[in-house]
Amino acid sequence: MSIIAPCLATLCSLLGDAASADPQIAYEPVIDAAPVAPPVAPPAPPAPPAPAAMERALAPLAGASALGDAGLRLGRAELFKGGKLLLTNGVATAEGSSGGGLARWATIGGRQMPGGIGASLHATAIELADYGWRSYGVLVGVGDRLELSYARADFDTRKVGALLGIGEGYAFNLDTFGAKLRLAGDLVYGAAAMPQIAIGIEHKRSRDGALVRALGAAAASGTDVTLSATKLLLGHSLLANATLRYTKANELGLLGFGAAGAGHELHFEGSLAYQLSRRAVVGAEYRSKPDNLGLGEDDWIDLFAAYALTRHLTVTAAYVDLGAIATIPGQRGGFLSAQVAF
Amino acid sequence: MLLATAAAALMLLQQAPAEGTDWDAEFGIEAKVRDPLTGEFPVAPYQQSNANAGALPYASPALVAAFGGREGILRIAARTVELSEADPRIAAIFASHDMVRLKRTLGEQLCYLIGAGCDYTGRDMRSVHADMGLTKADLNALVENLQAAMREAGVPFAAQNRLLAKLAPMAREVVTR
Repeated sequence: MSIIAPCLATLCSLLGDAASADPQIAYEPVIDAAPVAPPVAPPAPPAPPAPAAMERALAPLAGASALGDAGLRLGRAELFKGGKLLLTNGVATAEGSSGGGLARWATIGGRQMPGGIGASLHATAIELADYGWRSYGVLVGVGDRLELSYARADFDTRKVGALLGIGEGYAFNLDTFGAKLRLAGDLVYGAAAMPQIAIGIEHKRSRDGALVRALGAAAASGTDVTLSATKLLLGHSLLANATLRYTKANELGLLGFGAAGAGHELHFEGSLAYQLSRRAVVGAEYRSKPDNLGLGEDDWIDLFAAYALTRHLTVTAAYVDLGAIATIPGQRGGFLSAQVAF
Repeated sequence: MLLATAAAALMLLQQAPAEGTDWDAEFGIEAKVRDPLTGEFPVAPYQQSNANAGALPYASPALVAAFGGREGILRIAARTVELSEADPRIAAIFASHDMVRLKRTLGEQLCYLIGAGCDYTGRDMRSVHADMGLTKADLNALVENLQAAMREAGVPFAAQNRLLAKLAPMAREVVTR
């Protein structure tokens, strides 16, 4: 008892102290509070360094994607998320596939990565000595695997039309439906000796059936089969492409397909391009073609430069030498194409 | 009576734990401690070899000069990591890893590959990236950051590509999904 008494006394005094102490207010009384100065805005973060003049000039275009890089989804696939390195989706060919302008490449168009779906639109104009070419098309890319494309080409014969007896300004029209499947390899990654390899088809339908048959073509539609190998040889900043095309198309199909006694033939498309920067590339292409109609159809050559203005917008300019078309020789000129890809 | 007294005394002596108690120590959790000298976390022992760098080096003094020598390439490596840590596409991948060590080992690797006279002391590409679940899109983002760092350092594009040529084949070991 003698020990516990002081203990209890201590306890009581503690409790008493606690009880007698002023109640602690854990909040500020509101009613009679002095007006509180509004919090001073934190200092603005330092302005980002001014971008280079080119980037500044193109800044409005960078946001041109209404869909943005945000995650739209279609089932399990990410829609228009992008992710490809600049220019690795190639540029649109005259036939709507991804490639180098005239030659088809093994690349898959659109900016999507595996697990994503992308798309691109393009418009191309070729001004030749006597003819004018306009084409436009759309392409859908599925992962790094599949590319589906459609392109419409209008080939204006201008004054030469009268000379050819089909009427001045007569335009040949061609629809091309393309599909391309990547079989193996990667354009950028993996061993330098292992290119990206793809097989594909291009089904083409001339809209001038009666006329092309009259010119001697056996059919108004035909299907090309292609096998392509393309590789970016980083050590040399070179892109190399080789494509084999099994075709019977006359002038890509504008003048129909085949002729009496002339069927499918194997032809070659080659491209060699040098990367000047991650945005710019210059190169040359060669494409061999059949001459089923005996109109002196020539192999095609181009010298091209492509520039990725933004992640989405690529422009291609080229000098093309298409030789003789429908017996009219010297068809050289300029090629200009714009591609928007997501 | 004595028992009651002891119990009461104990009750009175009971105190709240002191502020700043090291609970990890209380519960016997061993915290990884950065090496005071290098600032890196310890790693499980492994065989060190330049072969872990994943490719053979160039032997071109001109190429080394294009990268600004040894100091230049080490700065580029550190800058690449810095840009990647701030890159919303891939920052999360770096968040849980030892950035001090990565800056050093990536610097050694790039320096070794361009032939600037470093030895690579890190682990091989396959085991380092085994559990990261990296995609080709992640790799593209890193390549863009490396390109940006090289561009900032004024490395000519062809020289940039020569370094990328050494790294590109390693994608097979790095990309796991």
